[in-house]
Amino acid sequence: MKLAYFAWVRERIGLAEEEVELPAGVVTVEDLLRWLKGRGETYDAALQAPEIIRVAIDQEHVDHSEPLAGAKEVAIFPPMTGG
Amino acid sequence: MANETNEPPTSPPDMAFEPLIRVQSERIVTDAVVGPLTGSGSVGALVTFTGYCRDEGGRLKALELEHYPGMAERQIAKIAQDAASRWHLLGCAAIHRYGLIAPGEEIVLVACTSAHRGAAFEAASFLMDFMKTRAPFWKREHLVDGSVGGWVEARDTDTAAADRWHRL
Repeated sequence: MKLAYFAWVRERIGLAEEEVELPAGVVTVEDLLRWLKGRGETYDAALQAPEIIRVAIDQEHVDHSEPLAGAKEVAIFPPMTGG
Repeated sequence: MANETNEPPTSPPDMAFEPLIRVQSERIVTDAVVGPLTGSGSVGALVTFTGYCRDEGGRLKALELEHYPGMAERQIAKIAQDAASRWHLLGCAAIHRYGLIAPGEEIVLVACTSAHRGAAFEAASFLMDFMKTRAPFWKREHLVDGSVGGWVEARDTDTAAADRWHRL
């Protein structure tokens, strides 16, 4: 699965995107954020407050309860500030 | 687009026009966008909104707009479709810039046309509220002293402005 990061999530992790193999038990967006947060200091810094993080699966906004099954690209980013 | 049989008869018809959606780094030429929207005799109202980059009291050299290519266009198109399903619009355009934007330059333009002013005013406001909260763009400040400042924080007032449409 491809993960894409934007804005300060991208900066703190130090990557714009990466391919990952999800371990068993990572079923929802919430699981994914918890798993990522445990992958190291940079991930921990980016995902300190997972409740404010926004997620899109294949370019559509989703809640943290959304299952990841079938997702090709999951984007993880801060609240949007365009306009 | 075919009419859905489950649509209540009072709802606006499916879009009779293709909204103009653009995500670009170049300057936005308002007249070039608005001209084609207003040529027809059926248009009685045009409402445009342009959002500009402020200098924040002389502190700011530029705003840097990061975006998620693909999703940005897709989400803006969805917002425009929502607007067209809520109001009787004759046309609409939504253009958002990315990259470095200097104070005084435009960041975003929305334009809506309708037969009467109410629909165009409300739809333009709706489009802007959701462009701010659903379109994947992020602003970062570049300061006059040459440093790169922080990411602009999302404002609760923007979320509240978008939420109010759910209560109408």
